[in-house]
Amino acid sequence: MTDLLTTPEPEAGLAPASGARQVWRRLRARRSALAAAAVLGLLVLLALAAPLLAALEGQDPNTYHDALVDSARGGVPLGDFGGISAEHWLGVEPGTGRDMFVRLLYGARVSLLVALGATVVQVLIGLAVGLAAALGNRFVDSVFSHLTDVMVAMPLLVFAIALMAVVPADFPRPLLLVIAIGLLAWGPMARLVRGQTLSLKKLDYVSAARLTGGSSWRVARRELLPALAAPVITYAAILLPSNIVIEASMSFLGVGVKPPTPSWGQMLSTASTWFRADPAYVLLPALMLFVTTLAFTVLADGLRVALDPREASRLRVGRGGRESPKSRPGGTA
Amino acid sequence: MTLYFLRRALGAVAVVLVLSAVVYVTFYVAPGDPARLACGPRCNTEQIRQVREQLSLDDPLLTQYWHFLQGIFVGQDYSTGTSVLHCDAPCFGLSYQNNQQVTDMLVERLPATASLAVGAMAVWLSVGIGTGLMSALRRGGVTERVLTWLTLAGTATPVFISGLLMLMVFCAYLEWLPFPTYVPLTEDPEQWAWNMLLPWVALGLLESAKYARLTRSSTLETLAEDHIRTFRAYGVPERSLVVRHALRGALAPVIALTAADFGSIFGGAVLTEKMFGLPGIGQLLVDATQKIDLPVVVAVVVITGAAVVIANIVADVLYAVADRRVALR
Amino acid sequence: MTAGTASLVSVTDLSIAFPTGEGVVRAVDGLSFTLAPGGALGIVGESGSGKSTAAYALLGLHKGTGAAVSGSVTVAGHDVLAAGDAELRALRGGVAAMVFQDPLSSLDPYQAIGDQIAEVYRVHRKDASRRAARERATEVLDRVGIPDAARRARSRPHEFSGGMRQRALIAMALACEPRLLVADEPTTALDVTVQAQILDLLRDLRAETGMGLILVTHDLGVAAGTVDELLVMKDGRAVEHAPVRTVLDAPRETYTRDLLAAVPRVNVRRTTGVKRPSAEGPGGGVLLEADGLTRTFGSGRKAVTAVEDVSLTLRAGETVGVVGESGSGKTTLGRMLVRLLEPTGGALRYQGRDIGGLKDRELRAFRSELQMVFQDPVSSLNPRRSVGESIADPLRAAGRLGDAEIVARVRELLERVGLDPGAYHRYPHEFSGGQRQRVGIARALAPEPKLIVCDEPVSALDVTTQAQVVRLLGELQRDLGLALVFIAHDLAVVRQVSDRLVVMRNGRIVEEGDADSVYERPGHPYTQGLLAAVPLLEKAEAAA
Repeated sequence: MTDLLTTPEPEAGLAPASGARQVWRRLRARRSALAAAAVLGLLVLLALAAPLLAALEGQDPNTYHDALVDSARGGVPLGDFGGISAEHWLGVEPGTGRDMFVRLLYGARVSLLVALGATVVQVLIGLAVGLAAALGNRFVDSVFSHLTDVMVAMPLLVFAIALMAVVPADFPRPLLLVIAIGLLAWGPMARLVRGQTLSLKKLDYVSAARLTGGSSWRVARRELLPALAAPVITYAAILLPSNIVIEASMSFLGVGVKPPTPSWGQMLSTASTWFRADPAYVLLPALMLFVTTLAFTVLADGLRVALDPREASRLRVGRGGRESPKSRPGGTA
Repeated sequence: MTLYFLRRALGAVAVVLVLSAVVYVTFYVAPGDPARLACGPRCNTEQIRQVREQLSLDDPLLTQYWHFLQGIFVGQDYSTGTSVLHCDAPCFGLSYQNNQQVTDMLVERLPATASLAVGAMAVWLSVGIGTGLMSALRRGGVTERVLTWLTLAGTATPVFISGLLMLMVFCAYLEWLPFPTYVPLTEDPEQWAWNMLLPWVALGLLESAKYARLTRSSTLETLAEDHIRTFRAYGVPERSLVVRHALRGALAPVIALTAADFGSIFGGAVLTEKMFGLPGIGQLLVDATQKIDLPVVVAVVVITGAAVVIANIVADVLYAVADRRVALR
Repeated sequence: MTAGTASLVSVTDLSIAFPTGEGVVRAVDGLSFTLAPGGALGIVGESGSGKSTAAYALLGLHKGTGAAVSGSVTVAGHDVLAAGDAELRALRGGVAAMVFQDPLSSLDPYQAIGDQIAEVYRVHRKDASRRAARERATEVLDRVGIPDAARRARSRPHEFSGGMRQRALIAMALACEPRLLVADEPTTALDVTVQAQILDLLRDLRAETGMGLILVTHDLGVAAGTVDELLVMKDGRAVEHAPVRTVLDAPRETYTRDLLAAVPRVNVRRTTGVKRPSAEGPGGGVLLEADGLTRTFGSGRKAVTAVEDVSLTLRAGETVGVVGESGSGKTTLGRMLVRLLEPTGGALRYQGRDIGGLKDRELRAFRSELQMVFQDPVSSLNPRRSVGESIADPLRAAGRLGDAEIVARVRELLERVGLDPGAYHRYPHEFSGGQRQRVGIARALAPEPKLIVCDEPVSALDVTTQAQVVRLLGELQRDLGLALVFIAHDLAVVRQVSDRLVVMRNGRIVEEGDADSVYERPGHPYTQGLLAAVPLLEKAEAAA
């Protein structure tokens, strides 16, 4: 009632917290999120179809074309805009003459794969640690919470770079990146899961479920996990673009994927010596990386609103009924 | 209050100890043979054996770690066969590359990193909080939409993209600014500032996007609180509502984030340093990683970790002081 | 009521509508009333009746919120709906001041209370110096009964108790000597004894300053002793508007009569289920026995003992009411009785066996015997599962019945608590608060327990729904021979159901006994104070 100033609340007219259909409806109402989803869909398709498209163009990512670069001028591509032609749709790389179109596509594969893999690892570890801390006894909680604190405190990029110093050189790099990013950056996710679980645990329906006489695991599976889906998905969507940027950053610094595997970050790193002579070589990978992270960020933002954990929690801890259910009954605090 | 600080300080020491132990084990024990790395690629077995002895690598793990800690807190002596090299209190060992003391290398790199951190922070605080407040107060207008998209784009851009574009535009094409080369502040303050301008703006503007979003959402949240409604219902003008009643609560999370970011920038500004060729700690780390110079790598990681932990405590304390409702526990 | 030129407030054909995702919600619909200078009007109604929304319109608080407001509102000669920003600011606090429900969140947590009052004062008295404003703040704080006002003016809200904060909020309202005070549920968040003090204060201030009062409340008892006229609202419309005694003693409208009939009376003996099967009934022996039960939260110097040394015997088939103010430990006790919480001291014996220290796994055998009904009808049901599945939960966990049998049993239970058995597949948000509470009761009944602890089961419900749910609990208790522990802060509600009464304070039992004897001849001074503070509909001295 007191909230009528801002939002009227018809008593029983609230949408349920979950329900894929409601989420989809709310997401669809945001045009920016839809556009971002479309861009990402296209990108994933392009990345999946990279070998096919390369065959269509008649090029591959690693063949040098010395004839297409001006060796007299240090290897600047011949022709306009980095040597765009019917054979090379987006021109060629300065110095080597490798085909840009195909290298950008293969770069997308690396970027998406590493980011997705790392996100999965982060979600799994975050869920495991967060749930263990929230559901375990005081000792377990204290151990896991301190571990989480240490992980959150760790400057990710610094540690990830450092790790590259000690891993054998023949270890497959994309997998190493997935493991490194995933293993180092699960802290915030674990914190989120722990916090959400702790506040869910206080809800009466979880107490009611304990009274049914089912096992703790049964209560967790039926009452807690479904309610965690929305915040975890939202946060995973935020982690994805940040993982893309981390991968690109590490490749930019020369500690990511190794040549000749194409990577946007690595292209940008070499581009910093070419931007006067061949601006196209800077702009193309920069544009790809920017569009990808922006699309992911916009989509995550849309998802956050559609799955709004605050909206959901308002439903859960609710304020139905009379003006004020006595806010803090008894001395449970 | 005092008890709180004491407990937080103890907790911080514990976290840093755990961190250093983890780092020590990962870097000195897990991979290959540090002695071979320290000695260099042209060493024979006998020379490696000598190095191993010199670095006490045959001692039990716990003893090694103890020596490492000892080095940090009381200093350590290294025998180089003929003479004894004393390494003063915060001692992180000797570089594998040139036997230089790691602590000296770090101190040498500190000014560049600190210059970057302070300047960029000034940019991101002023721009970030400013735009955040503006978009919170101009809700529903064109200004808000434009700012929302700008900040979204800002959060999605890595610093090496914005940095590259700025170099291209301002240094290569317009030639308004020199290509940055680091000039120490003590040498020539004016040149220092001119050369740092681009790194400050590149890093600061990007970070400010994050701050604008946070400021906006926390200001809106505070403005929706009941006590704001009270003062509105008592005829207090909108401007004083924001300045006198909303701002203090709204800025609390911003302060917390600032402190944490300031700490992590000491190691985390690797990208900006590489982009603009600043001889900072981040650059040192990347070089050391490529040359597998373990003592330097370990030192940077431990110091950055400690900086973040300390900054986090400062943030918590500032947050608690700003927001009286958060009891210091 | 004639809208004479002399009236302080004149509302004509006021309608307020809010645009929402699903269309327009009409919160107030064609409301008209007037208030003479110095008069006191109570606006009463259940949730969703539009009473607060109407009150906010008196200060023009809907301006700029997207609400569509039509009709006319005049307060002390100001046309509120037509007023510009400057005129509205002068009106708010200067002519009409508002007191809100939750005094903690309604004050700025960062600033000293005196400074907040001084700020409001200086907004309206532009020429006042800082010092004069501070002095005024101290003066009004002193007036509302804050002891040592000059010093306490420097305290922040969290250093005040709930009642003191509400006094401070009233002091802020007084600062600029307004002609009208609008109080929106000013005592709803407070304990009953504090409520009585605040209501006394409001009465005194009215008599002293001659300002008009509009009191918005859901509690007819609160209005009865404080105002001269009552306006009963329902669904945004005025149902009845008359002098307070007329409405309470001879209501014209059916709705008002129903409302009055539903109000629980603390001074009337319970009429339903007076039969006490306790000792005589089959197996009517001791069911649950608490012996020196204690619960401490936290450890070391921060330790708080919520329940201390409570001994209580519950017999099969009896209803024990537990009353107490906030912080008395009644909820903690209730949660220990069903072993949602582990006692830190004392013993809890269920049919002779000590279950106080059992682990979760060992408790499973006893879970079906001891059940609970929770306070908040929203958070007590999982929003993601159909109500049928929520009720079926204990049956499925037990694993004794097949799927078809479970569904049949759930439908039976739904019918038993007065719901449509076809509601099995519907979700909690499709139900009203009262219906959700019925679902919660059905869930508690499902495993056929011997004892149900009801923790504030009706405190979140409107008074008519309250009466229905209380009646249902009484019937179930009688028909099924259940033992009930009924925990509530509302003494009147507890009286309607209890055989025995336990009064708690600061974690301890201060008085225990046969319900009627305790209500009629309270022995402990604390109980006497509690009972004296309950506002009565019958109070003769209501009108000033």
